[in-house]
This record gives sequence, structure tokens and C-alpha cells, in this order.
Amino acid sequence: MAILRATATRVVYAVILLLAVLVLNFTMMHMAPGDVADTIAQSMGGADAEIMEQIRKDYGLDQPFPVQLGTYIGKVVHFDLGYSFFYNQPVVKLILERLPATLLLVISAQLIAIILGVVLGVISARNPNGLASHFVTGLALFGYAAPVFWTGILFLILFSLKLGWFPTSGMRDVTTTGGWFAEALDIAHHAVLPVFTLCSIYLALYSRTCRSSMLEVLGSDYVRTAKAKGLSASQVVYKHALKNAVSPVITLAGLQLSAVISGAVLVETVFSWPGLGTLAFQSIIARDTPTILGILFFSALVVIVGNLLTDLALRIVDPRVRSKQ
Amino acid sequence: MKNTLVRLATVATLSGTLAVTSALVSSMLVSSALADAPKSGGTLIAAMGTNVRNLNPAVQSGIVTGFPGSQLFAAPLRYDEDWTPQPYLAESWDISDDGLTVTLNLVKNAVFHDGEPVTSEDVAFSVDVIKEHHPFKSMFAPVESVDTPDEHTAILNLSQPHPALMLAMSGQLMAIIPKHIYGDGEDPKTHPRNTENVIGSGPFKLTEYKSGEHVILERFDDFFIEGRPYLDKMVLRIIPDPAARTIALESGEVDFAAFEVAPQNINRLKEVEGLTVTSEGYGAIGPIDWLALNTTRGPLQDKRVRQAIAYAVDKNFIHKAIQRGTAKDAPTGIHPDSPFHNPDVEKYEVDLDKANALLDEAGHEAGADGTRFGLTIDFGWGELKPNAEYVRGALKKVGIDVTVRASADFPTWAKRMGDMDYDMSWDTVFNWGDPVIGVHRTYLSSNIGKGVWSNTQGYSNERVDELLDMASKEPDADKRKALYTEFQQIVADEVPVYFSNTLPYHTVYSDKVGNPPLGIWSTSSPMDMTYLK
Repeated sequence: MAILRATATRVVYAVILLLAVLVLNFTMMHMAPGDVADTIAQSMGGADAEIMEQIRKDYGLDQPFPVQLGTYIGKVVHFDLGYSFFYNQPVVKLILERLPATLLLVISAQLIAIILGVVLGVISARNPNGLASHFVTGLALFGYAAPVFWTGILFLILFSLKLGWFPTSGMRDVTTTGGWFAEALDIAHHAVLPVFTLCSIYLALYSRTCRSSMLEVLGSDYVRTAKAKGLSASQVVYKHALKNAVSPVITLAGLQLSAVISGAVLVETVFSWPGLGTLAFQSIIARDTPTILGILFFSALVVIVGNLLTDLALRIVDPRVRSKQ
Repeated sequence: MKNTLVRLATVATLSGTLAVTSALVSSMLVSSALADAPKSGGTLIAAMGTNVRNLNPAVQSGIVTGFPGSQLFAAPLRYDEDWTPQPYLAESWDISDDGLTVTLNLVKNAVFHDGEPVTSEDVAFSVDVIKEHHPFKSMFAPVESVDTPDEHTAILNLSQPHPALMLAMSGQLMAIIPKHIYGDGEDPKTHPRNTENVIGSGPFKLTEYKSGEHVILERFDDFFIEGRPYLDKMVLRIIPDPAARTIALESGEVDFAAFEVAPQNINRLKEVEGLTVTSEGYGAIGPIDWLALNTTRGPLQDKRVRQAIAYAVDKNFIHKAIQRGTAKDAPTGIHPDSPFHNPDVEKYEVDLDKANALLDEAGHEAGADGTRFGLTIDFGWGELKPNAEYVRGALKKVGIDVTVRASADFPTWAKRMGDMDYDMSWDTVFNWGDPVIGVHRTYLSSNIGKGVWSNTQGYSNERVDELLDMASKEPDADKRKALYTEFQQIVADEVPVYFSNTLPYHTVYSDKVGNPPLGIWSTSSPMDMTYLK
């Protein structure tokens, strides 16, 4: 019952939040100088004033702001995200075309980063002054400091150009033949570099977090007790300490979901990955309000669902969360 | 080279004394001819820097749509490298003596990708759509009606002679679109068939368009030119990041890219073995980097101040240091490759004394700190930022204190330009074929402040208006040229715009590629003759 009520409250909050996201961003897009007619003109190499007027009229940009906002919200309430001004396609279609690519990229990067981050964190925490620990610290520093587009280009030069192991860009080789398995393999091949590039930011974060929380846990009383009982070092670390040490990592990973798009924009751009990040970025520059709001709507949804999942995950690893409710 | 060989061979044979040499030469000829003969088949992988918004060039201009658009749709004419019109969908054409009717005789065997024949009805329909929806109104404005006496004859009736029509009927500017598809009453601008199941009569048909990913084109077997296109397939991959594109070209993953513009990437690619990098083929697109001066504001209203700026700015520095030798000088607003270009204008070689004298004369004496007055400078996009920074330094030397104003993104800048809320701004403007289409718009006093790439300089000169008006309806090419010559001289003298260089567009292709599109329209032309070796 408690869970149901908690979930219901969350859903109500989520709806309010979604509306707020839309209204706020609609207003912001409206305040930004220039409009989609300018960017359409740009894509056309200029346009006569008459055509510009026509474009503004077609998209209702000549209407007063409250009318534009009202029309838009009215549509969203009826589950209609509208038409992209710039691409002349239904926003939902545009997003659904791009969403799988971004999800593939972000989820793979997150999973790899969590697993690798925890492993590296644990290794370095067990011997805080050892070589491995310094390596992890160095890696984390690099991951934080190096701009992701730069890392991406470096990977490209090394692994694609010099070594020729991976393709330079895109998500698939359109000349591939041989059924879905060959296709999946091809996509995986294309995904390696972008996934690891994106992973590099998260990995830095997770390994550092895991290292410090592990160090903290290893110094706590119950670990000392476990050691006193005569358990082996591995048993202490993996059976007793790890569960407590990873919960900050999980919380962090949940928070990172909100960066689903921001982190992906640069990686998608460098690797020409046809995902939502580049679409979002282009839509902002194009002042394509329906598309950008549609993407924000979807990413808000992802964040809300992600937070719910994070809570669930925490419940599983941390009994204290369970007992609190 | 080959012509010389032919001549050599002929001479040798005629003389009859050098039979052995002649045999040698002709065998060389045969083998080189064999090696150069276009081959059918293969898939060309090309890169594009920008996502395509619309594949229908009748309602969407621009180089991005031009590439796939010109493969999907055919135009009445095509142009060779010497700016001479060649038959395409129209096998012949005739302009009446008074210049008021243009008759197009269409090829008889042209069909659309769905098998329907291309008729004069489609031409009439396309003219209507383009007239109403294409962003360049001036292209077909004088066309009053189109008569269709029979299936293969279309007669364009004009209200005045309109020489610009010839170029406007080529490249991507006049796509013949099927009436039976776009004539269904839906708005052609937002027609669903602009991106899906697109049907034209060009050499390639659409296999797949994935926004942000690729456009895949496939050979159209019933194309009206026998034996063409040579390629089986073209994959246009959308790779937005210039560095990633460079790497893809270098690694051989991509065979072809046009419109490469970043000097460091161009120079890098020039070093790569197996790649050819050329700036040929952009004459009709005609992009020019220039510094726009708002002639309606403050000190810039005075012609002498604008001239002083022109004398203080060193083009050579921009060409060498910023463009790193990749760009050509552009002394006027008409592209140097255009037959109407007039190189004989004031060039404004750097002369700081002259600049200072002009500023003094205009009444802007330097203050105690050496400063005469302040101006702002904008730039349209990131690539032009170094130009803006450079001008700030250059004008400091003559006592003009310049503040560089960045814009968050294109629309921010476009709004400033459209509202003429700026002093100076770097900009790139395209000729788009005939001067009537892409040049007049930035000088006519009737087009002041009508959005980006209109007359945002607020420039107004009666003689220029008159010259442009006369040139737009002068059927005689030489007389037209004379009118544009005078126009370019006046503009160079009055400096509403300081012309810097052609935008260094480059085409990059691997040794595998034969006959890349190096005509005046670059990739905004059919690539039916391109092949893979």
C-alpha cells in the first residue's frame, strides 16, 4: 500500500514537473533572439521577405506569445507533440527514430562505467597507496579534465585512422549484408569508440566515488568486526563492504541519467552518432521549439523513470532504505 | 594533354616518317583512353556536413538539399565548366527575339521514378510551385504563364526579358517535380513526399532517408540518358563534425566530400596520398566572405570612413594567416569565376596614411588617447571569429576602437542583421548562379533590412538600382556585362561591403572517383557521369 501511495504521489509530481519543464522551456525558446524562419532561411541560402513572412505565419509565430504557448500546451495535453518546424515531420517520429541510438549509447556507457568503476574503485581502495590506486586516481583526473570531444578525436585518430580497428563515424555500414546478426555486429563495432568515449566521463566519476566510499566503509566498525571474526580479506570486501560501498555509486548513476542528453551531445557529434543529443543541439540552434520541447519531454520521462529504478535498486542493496518507508 | 597527343599523333602519321613513334603514341592513347573510360557499377560513399531538412529543391534551396535533390530531380538545363548551358531534360530551347518567350523542347523518353512520363504539364506545374514557394522570388518573377501546346513543349511567357532564367533553369534551382504527386492540394512546402518516397526524374532514386544518418540513392534504370548514371548507388553519410569528416576521408571510409571549408582540414587533406583536394566547381554557387558595413549608422554613413576601413584592413593577412592560402581574392560581390565578374575595381591595398587622412577629412580627429570613435563588429558563425578579431586589431592602428560582439548562435546573429542592429559584421553571401538571384538582393534599395542576406547594409544608390534593373532585363550578354562592370565599380568605390575572399569551399575525392562534379554547381548538379575506377 505504502509503495502504491508513494508511486501515485510521484506520478502526480511527475506530471506537474513535465508541464513545468515544457512551459519554462517554451518561454526560454521564445526569449532567445531570432526564430525558426531565420534558420530555415539559413538552410536555404537566404529567402525573400515574403517567404519569411509566410513561414512565420505557417508556424503560428506571428501570434502573440500566450496564444502560442496555449496552443502548444493544449496539444501536449492531448498527447500530441506536434510537428517539427525545421524537419516538417511529426516530433514523435523524429524522436523515436533517434531514441534507440542514444539509449544504446548511454546505457552501454553507463553499464560499462558502473562495472569498471566499481571494480577499479574496489581495487584501489584495498591498497590506497598502491600502484593500482594511483592509476585509478590518474584515470579519474584525466576523465574529469579531458574534454570528451577531445578524447573522442584522440580515439578516432588512434583506433580508426592509425590502427584501423574501428570505423570512424556513423552507427552502421549501409553496405553490410547478411541478416540481423551481421547488422547487430556491425552496430556493435561502430558503437565501441563512442561508448568508451562517453564511458570515460562516467568512469572517472564512479571509480573515484567507489574508491572513497569503499575506503570509508573499510574503516567502519562492522568491517573490523568481520575481520576480527577471521573472515578472509576478499570475503570482507565482497560480502560485507561492497554492498554499502556501491550505494553512493548507484545514487550517482541515477543522477547521471539526467545528463543523458547533455553528455551524449558531444560524443554523438564527434562520432556522427544519429542520436537525440545531436538532434537536441541542432533543434536549439534552429529554434525548432516543438522538437526541442519534445526531446525535453522524453528526457524528463527518462529521468523520472530512471529515478524510480534507482530507488528500487537502492532498496535491493540497502536494507536501510527499505525499513525507512 | 590528350588533345596534344592526338595532334602529335596526327602530325606524326601525316609526315609518315615517324611511323614507329606514331604507333607508340597511339598505343599510349588507346591505353590511356581505356583507363579513363567511365565504368559502370559500384557504390560511392560521400560525406555531408549537415543534416538534410527537405529533399525537394523546388521548395528548399541551399547546398544541403542541392546534393541529393539534384540527383533525385532533373532540371531543364545543365551547365558545363565554361558557363555554357547544355541540354538536360530540355533537349533544345529557343528564346524569342524580343526575349519574351522561352520555348523548352523536352526529351521524349524521360520518366519519373514511378514510371509516369515527364510532360510539359509537369514543367508548368513546377514553375508554379517554384514561383510561389521557392525562397528566391527573383528567379521566376517575370514568368507570367507557361503554355503547354503538346506533351513535350513548354513555353514560358515573360513580362520582360529575363536573362537570369537560363541559370535559374539549371542545377538545383528548377527541379521538375511530378504534378501527379505534388499536385494533390497539400502544401508543397510541407508535403510528406519531400522526405519520403520522393519521386523525381533524376539519375538516382531514393532508397532510404534517415534524418541525421544518411541518404541512400540508387541508380534509376530508366533514366532518360542512355547508359547513365554510372554508379549503382550513392550513400550520402551525414557527418557533422569537420574533424570526423577529415578522418573519415583520410581513412578511406568516405570517397568524396564537397563544401569542405576549414583551412586546417583542407591543408591536412592535401597532404594525404590518394586524395585530390580542389577548389574548382563553386563558381555558380559563388560564396563570398565579406565585411558588411551598416551605412545607416554613425560614422559609417560617411563613404570616406568606409573607404578608410577598407584601406586599413589587410586582405593579404586574412588570406594568408586566417585562410591559410585556401581562399581566392574576391574584389567584388560577383564571384571571380562568374562571367560578369569585373576585376578592374579599386582594390584597397593597405594604406594607413590614406586611411588616416580620410578619417581626418571626415571630421573624426583622433582624441588625446589616439582614438577617433568606436564601432562594434559581429560575425555570423564561429569560423569568421578570427576575421573579426583581426579587424579589431587592424582598425586600432587608425584610431577606431572596435568591440567584438559574439552571438550565441546563428539565429541570434541573423536577428541582429535583419534588424540592422550592428555596425560591422563578417558574413558570407552566395551568388546562386545569375547575379539577379544572389547578388541584387544585397544592394537594391528596395530590399533594405528584409532579413538576413537582404540589403542589411542599408545601402541606397539610385544609379546602382538603375543598373541592376537594366541588367536584370538586358538580353545581350556583353551589354549586361558592361552594366555589371559599372555596378561593381560604384560598389567598390562606396564600400557598403568590404569584399575579402571567396569562401574556400573545397571538393575532396579519392583516386577511385572519376568525373567528380567540378562544374559550376558542384554537387548541386546531376552526378550521372561520376564513376568509380
